[in-house]
Amino acid sequence: MKKLTFKINRYNPDDERRGHFMQEYEVEVPSGHTVLDCLNDIKWNQDGTLTFRRSCRSGICGSCAMTVNGVNMLACETQALALGTDTITVEPLRGCEVLKDLVVSLEPLVNGLYAVKPYLIADAPPPTDQERFQSVEERDKLDGLYECILCGACTSSCPSFWADKEYIGPHGLLKAYRFIADSRDTGEQEHMEALDDKHGLWRCHSIFNCVEACPKDLNPTRAIVELKKKLVKGKVG
Amino acid sequence: MVNNNPESIHDVKGVPIHSVHQHDVVIVGAGLAGLRAAVEVAGDHDTAVITKVFPTRSHSGAAQGGIAASLANEEEDHWEWHMFDTVKGSDYLGDQDSIEILVREAPVVVREFEHYGVPYSRTSEGRIAQRKFGGHTKDFGRGGPVLRACYAADRTGHVLLHTLYEQCIKHKVRFYSEYYALSLIIEDDICRGLVAWDMINGGVHVIRAKAVLFGTGGYGRVFKITSNAFANTGDGLSLTMRAGIPLEDLEFVQFHPTGLYKQGILVTEGARGEGGYLLNGKGERFMEKYAPEKMELAPRDLVSRSIQTEINEGRGINGEDYVHIDIRHLGRENILKKLPQIHELALKFLHVDCIEEPIPIQPTAHYSMGGIPVDKYGRVLADGKEKLVKGFYAAGECACVSVHGANRLGTNSLLEASLFGRRAGMAMDEFLHDTEDFAPIPPEAAQAALKEVDTMLSADGDEKLVDIRTEMQEKMMQKCGIFRDAGSLREVLDDIHSLQDRFSRIKVSDRSKTFNFDLIEAIELGHMLEFAEIIVAAALNREESRGAHSRTDFPERDDKNWLKHTLAWKKDGKIEFDYKPVTITRFQPKERKY
Ligand SMILES: Cc1cc2nc3c(=O)[nH]c(=O)nc-3n(C[C@H](O)[C@H](O)[C@H](O)COP(=O)(O)OP(=O)(O)OC[C@H]3O[C@@H](n4cnc5c(N)ncnc54)[C@H](O)[C@@H]3O)c2cc1C
Ligand code: FES
Repeated sequence: MKKLTFKINRYNPDDERRGHFMQEYEVEVPSGHTVLDCLNDIKWNQDGTLTFRRSCRSGICGSCAMTVNGVNMLACETQALALGTDTITVEPLRGCEVLKDLVVSLEPLVNGLYAVKPYLIADAPPPTDQERFQSVEERDKLDGLYECILCGACTSSCPSFWADKEYIGPHGLLKAYRFIADSRDTGEQEHMEALDDKHGLWRCHSIFNCVEACPKDLNPTRAIVELKKKLVKGKVG
Repeated sequence: MVNNNPESIHDVKGVPIHSVHQHDVVIVGAGLAGLRAAVEVAGDHDTAVITKVFPTRSHSGAAQGGIAASLANEEEDHWEWHMFDTVKGSDYLGDQDSIEILVREAPVVVREFEHYGVPYSRTSEGRIAQRKFGGHTKDFGRGGPVLRACYAADRTGHVLLHTLYEQCIKHKVRFYSEYYALSLIIEDDICRGLVAWDMINGGVHVIRAKAVLFGTGGYGRVFKITSNAFANTGDGLSLTMRAGIPLEDLEFVQFHPTGLYKQGILVTEGARGEGGYLLNGKGERFMEKYAPEKMELAPRDLVSRSIQTEINEGRGINGEDYVHIDIRHLGRENILKKLPQIHELALKFLHVDCIEEPIPIQPTAHYSMGGIPVDKYGRVLADGKEKLVKGFYAAGECACVSVHGANRLGTNSLLEASLFGRRAGMAMDEFLHDTEDFAPIPPEAAQAALKEVDTMLSADGDEKLVDIRTEMQEKMMQKCGIFRDAGSLREVLDDIHSLQDRFSRIKVSDRSKTFNFDLIEAIELGHMLEFAEIIVAAALNREESRGAHSRTDFPERDDKNWLKHTLAWKKDGKIEFDYKPVTITRFQPKERKY
């Protein structure tokens, strides 16, 4: 058990006059408590107006991405004491429109996703009485691509996104590549259509923030590099 | 009389015109059940999905282990075997006509997912890979465990959910994301739409529809230790009850044997399917005593009771209330390839590296076998038996068809949610082709919902939400958990009544309209207190032990008196029961041994 101070960036649109401000809460933190446990503790026992998204509390639904001590992470799978600071600063994901406290608009995230036609495209109809075959090696190529939980940690850490809210974003580009890398998909052109654009691939300047930010240890930059190669090759060929 | 005059749809008292919407179909819930139904109807009909969490945040995404189908990709298997296992697993309470549909259509549904793009793990031949799971056996239980659970590492729910969301994008399904369903509009047994709260901006909306489907999921949050997400508060059950419709078999609550100690977060049964052992404080593989043949791969009710018995008799680890699951012998490579998420969860939440150490676990409230009574097409039954509520459908964990009876086998519920979601989608499609007109919305349709929100937003009593909720969760765990008896159940029934009373004096401190989770948590608690009473009352009423319902004062199964489904209503403040027979086709009830 240790007393920590939570410094939380707050905002309530129904109280526009106050604008954004930092509020401090003291919390007795038992070992094992995650940042989400602490936020819940504050909400339930100190201040019912504190607002943040959460659902699975096991790092799989993607609800609770936020900026903790300056780094994007999932509050539910981050041990509070392991952060090693007596004061923990919690802010909403950067570069996103804040709806209230730690809750940000998901609109740019959704738009980036829709832009890449995020579904399997296959010319030939599938067999009627069995699955399509895919070798273990072909399937292995999807590891590191398919596990994205759409939490937004990557895109909101990206300076290119801060500058251009219409940027498809690393999460969208990762999704595009997840399909292009899939041996069953024949829709490369369609997934790529939106990519060769000022809001597309060329926005990425390989800053690698997304790689660091991803709580699932995925590597969107790698996917983006592969996509760029494809685009260049397509142009030459 | 059917009134299709567009003017009249705006006439809902207390709701501004721009907040009244109209869609052919409105689906509540974006888990596997809701989204699978949406994909089925969206092509031909204007389809909207409303969901209180962004679609891919639905709890289906947390499912780990697999989805059952007798594909026989890895070894011989038959739907008849799958059927026998499911019937026996259900302790003979499952309806065998529904179960037959489940197991026969399973291969179609599982392959269709592959066609949609699900990245299943693969066999060396490139087929969908399959693993073992509890209660799934060869040769009508005479053989050993069978490889039947189709999987994608231990992220099966995640890939199924995300793939369905992708298909919904493809089919242009309209999402009302972060909208909360407040009430159904049902009159004269015709469902006409629903009333919802816009969580982002605040405000009550009316959505008029020809067909409404509930895929609102489970209610693990009624219990202290649970594998379920915060959002799993069973709202759909009480919303249905409030519309005067009974609930079926609510006494059957599944406790999963392996939740991370104190957290309840799930360690998939796949861990045992891949060969994990359960060990007590003396280092014994105690399942030898309880299920000498199937050992760790006996069904969940039995394994959970075994663990609880070990703990109750002082054989937990260091005498405490947990035991170990040990997967070290699977080896690093296998663990990281097949159970990567388990490795990560144990590390992040318990600081246990399961490659080096066993994982501390305890049983965790996991799944609701009962729910909204529906027929084989997902149509909701007004009396729980035959009479339909026109235009109202339900599928997935919130519904009861009943394929799981008194105890669900692992991997059968992703299957149920998708398969009966799909069937309900087909049934709605047919219904819509025959239904030209929208039924009129009564002008008073939103009154109850408006009042609920108003009451909560001004609730200024002296009771704290968290106190009431925590007490409910603790009492339900202690007194209506794995083992129950008349004494404990009567006590918890009184507890619930007094908590309901205290709930009427709560304080909601957030008064704003925008993203008011304080309000939502209050409304959710209201729901939980309502149907928790039914869970307890039905458990008290059923004087036998069957499947997950284990009465220490009535330890035997009693087919003579209790081979029947419970239907429970709340009428004028009192709970009433009715019953319906179990459908038995191929397999006569027998003693259940593993
Ligand atoms: C940790 C875990 C692991 C599991 N693993 C497996 C497995 O390996 N195999 C298996 O077969 N089963 C498994 N299960 C069970 C299975 O995942 C669930 O039963 C199934 O996914 C339920 O799907 P659903 O579509 O019915 O509900 P959910 O996926 O829970 O979706 C419910 C939806 O309803 C919405 N909703 C609810 N109330 C409202 C409201 N008032 N207003 C608006 N929207 C609302 C929610 O937003 C959500 O979108 C597991 C369960 C858990 C908890
Ligand atoms: S609550 Fe689901 S990822 Fe944190």
